[in-house]
Amino acid sequence: MTDVLMPALSPTMEEGTLAKWHVKVGDTVKSGDVIAEIETDKATMEVEAVDEGVVEALLVAEGAEEVKVNTPIARLSGEGEAARPAPAAKPPAAPGPPPSNDPQPASRAEAKGDPVRAPAAAPAAAVVALRDPELPAGVNLVKVTVRDALRDAMAEEMRRDPDVFLMGEEVAQYQGAYKVSRGLLEEFGDKRVVDTPITEHGFAGMGVGAAMAGLKPIVEFMTFNFAMQAIDHIINSAAKTLYMSGGQIRPSIVFRGPNGAAARVGAQHSQDYAGWYGHVPGLKVVAPYDAADAKGLLKAAIRDPNPVVFLEHEMLYGQEFDVPDGVDWVVPIGKAKVRREGTGVTLVAYSRMVGFCLKAAEELAADGIEAEVVDLRTIRPMDWQTVVDSVKKTNRLVTVEEGWGPMGVGAEICAKVLEHAFDYLDAPPVRVHQEDVPLPYAANLELLSMPSIEKIVAAAKKVSYK
Amino acid sequence: MAREQTGAIGRRKANGAEKPKAPGSKTSASGGVTKAELLSYYRDMLLIRRFEERAGQLYGMGLIGGFCHLYIGQEAIAVGVAAAKRPGDQMITGYRDHGHMLVCGMDPKEVMAELTGRSGGSSHGKGGSMHMFSTEAAFYGGHGIVGAQVSLGTGLALANKYRGDGKVCFAYYGDGAANQGQVYESFNMAELWKLPIVYVIENNEYAMGTAIGRSSSETKLHKRGVSFNIPGEEVDGMDVTAVREAARKAAEHARSGHGPYILEMKTYRYRGHSMSDPATYRTRDEVDEVRKTRDPIDHVEELLEKNGWSDEAVAKAIDAEVKRIVADAAEFARTSPEPDPSELYTDVYTEASA
Repeated sequence: MTDVLMPALSPTMEEGTLAKWHVKVGDTVKSGDVIAEIETDKATMEVEAVDEGVVEALLVAEGAEEVKVNTPIARLSGEGEAARPAPAAKPPAAPGPPPSNDPQPASRAEAKGDPVRAPAAAPAAAVVALRDPELPAGVNLVKVTVRDALRDAMAEEMRRDPDVFLMGEEVAQYQGAYKVSRGLLEEFGDKRVVDTPITEHGFAGMGVGAAMAGLKPIVEFMTFNFAMQAIDHIINSAAKTLYMSGGQIRPSIVFRGPNGAAARVGAQHSQDYAGWYGHVPGLKVVAPYDAADAKGLLKAAIRDPNPVVFLEHEMLYGQEFDVPDGVDWVVPIGKAKVRREGTGVTLVAYSRMVGFCLKAAEELAADGIEAEVVDLRTIRPMDWQTVVDSVKKTNRLVTVEEGWGPMGVGAEICAKVLEHAFDYLDAPPVRVHQEDVPLPYAANLELLSMPSIEKIVAAAKKVSYK
Repeated sequence: MAREQTGAIGRRKANGAEKPKAPGSKTSASGGVTKAELLSYYRDMLLIRRFEERAGQLYGMGLIGGFCHLYIGQEAIAVGVAAAKRPGDQMITGYRDHGHMLVCGMDPKEVMAELTGRSGGSSHGKGGSMHMFSTEAAFYGGHGIVGAQVSLGTGLALANKYRGDGKVCFAYYGDGAANQGQVYESFNMAELWKLPIVYVIENNEYAMGTAIGRSSSETKLHKRGVSFNIPGEEVDGMDVTAVREAARKAAEHARSGHGPYILEMKTYRYRGHSMSDPATYRTRDEVDEVRKTRDPIDHVEELLEKNGWSDEAVAKAIDAEVKRIVADAAEFARTSPEPDPSELYTDVYTEASA
């Protein structure tokens, strides 16, 4: 007897919809037969049988949503095995939690998805203790994924300004490698949504050239790992030309795409470039956490007259957050946001690590430490004043980043805090970051290498001498 | 007319075989050029040469620092291509860029003052020899990274096509840059999207100190577009009329929606790669032979003579004008103040308009 499990269609997929069954109980299937169609927010894929046998039971109903990866969805009886009635399985339409044979369920969840989506986590809205100070009164909030918020930002700006266009690999006909540009080709056509060949160096340079001529390109990198092929143009051609031309040439351009570690994709595809680009004068560097910031900051980035490196996170794409509806939602670049108020310790993070910090803050609260969580949102120009103000209140600092520690974002924050709040510190700051190794593939080593809620909690306790 | 060149130093002989037109004829054998045109090319090429000679002198005096790449020997290319360009057409090149700026119409004073790092320079002293720009003259640099201007120029052409404004971009690069990967990434997209760009390869035979045969498996660089379906041809880059005719044809191809075109200009630089280059990789005789037999300015003088258009008074007037322009530029570059220290932090970012 063999259970057919809900498959993961991508390294980051956590759940999906069972769109259609191609088999029914009693059918004989053999290896390679299509048995079902699975949908995620990114794609529809066919599921093939990998064993021969007779379909004994369909454990998940057609149309069931949020079926967790690895949930049994069907049962096959092996050849010669007598078909038996299915045991009292879970009601098909109500998928349960994933199999709990994992000795560390919380940690596993962190490794595979953002903690706010892990089963134990409270809904995202509940952990955000503060109202967004920028929200206009009476504005309607709608739930939008980070992915769609980014798409909406581009679409709105493309409607607003005919000089804005998107270019990159698979952005048009394929609808985006991560489906961020879904629907844009249909609305704007292939002049403004341009599929490029796989030539990052070349098309990044062309984007900068078009920006030098006054257009406002959005250059999508499938991931920022591939932008290393193009980093010469980002730094030497885009960031420096305003200065070198005595203010004449003003390339207004956005370089955007997922940054940081996804899950189990190994060292070359898992890198946080915030520190790399944050080092460079002439660039602005943005790394949002939630969907409202993703939308508002991307709109600001597109309108900005400077080159902006916009660092997204694949693990956040599928997450839903409140986004203001029906307003021209633009979030200013260069302003951090206090996402949780506290007096015990300051946790500073950006992008996905903000979610980790919010979760860590909950755990710390249970231990009597009220953490203040500062979401940097912009890496350059950095709003270090907000961090310093927070440290003056809490007297303790923990920085959290996915990148490596040496010469990193946390190092910069520590330097600023030492310069501006040295006398306020009651403990040496602690940096939480990726271990100083290329990211390993093995699940356990990957987990050890990455920042985790446990590491943040431990760091916060260390600076609190608890 | 552009033509296949058979030998490195064979052109002068071929020209010698050309029959001069009857006295009073308006055009020469070289592509229907007029006396006025030839005189203006002579003037522009002479200006570049004298400008560069003076730049070399200022460098020796310590007034120009860092890297300084002189264009002497290659003047016919910038001048010939400029003669084929229309107002608004963009130019972009690498770091051997002084000549291109002068033919684009940038003020020699501003160019020379940028070389000396003064506030009167075109980038207010913050760019230097390799990083100069003029939006007004549609000159987009001035780039210090070998080959970068090819992708950037292709992006300028993308903007032209996006806007449908009929402009063509001329992107210059050397035989050294011709081996950069991004050149071919750009070729591919330029032909794929039929972008209005002319790639002008200034093949001066040496990538810094490496002779082309030591760096390139295919030394006929105009063939490098073959696998992208981009037409290319070799041009005598020491003959300004040949350059002009080839550039016209290429620009027409690009402007009419047929996509990119490659022109390989066979040329030679008389000076070292940069000021600090002792040029031990080639013989003095080799340089002297080119200067004696292929010099692009001598060639214009010969064309004038052959057509019976030689005019000593006019030539003297041009020489005097050029001398004065260069002297004024040098004087300005010497006396223009250094940028104010407050300029250190300007133009890092553009302030967002409300």
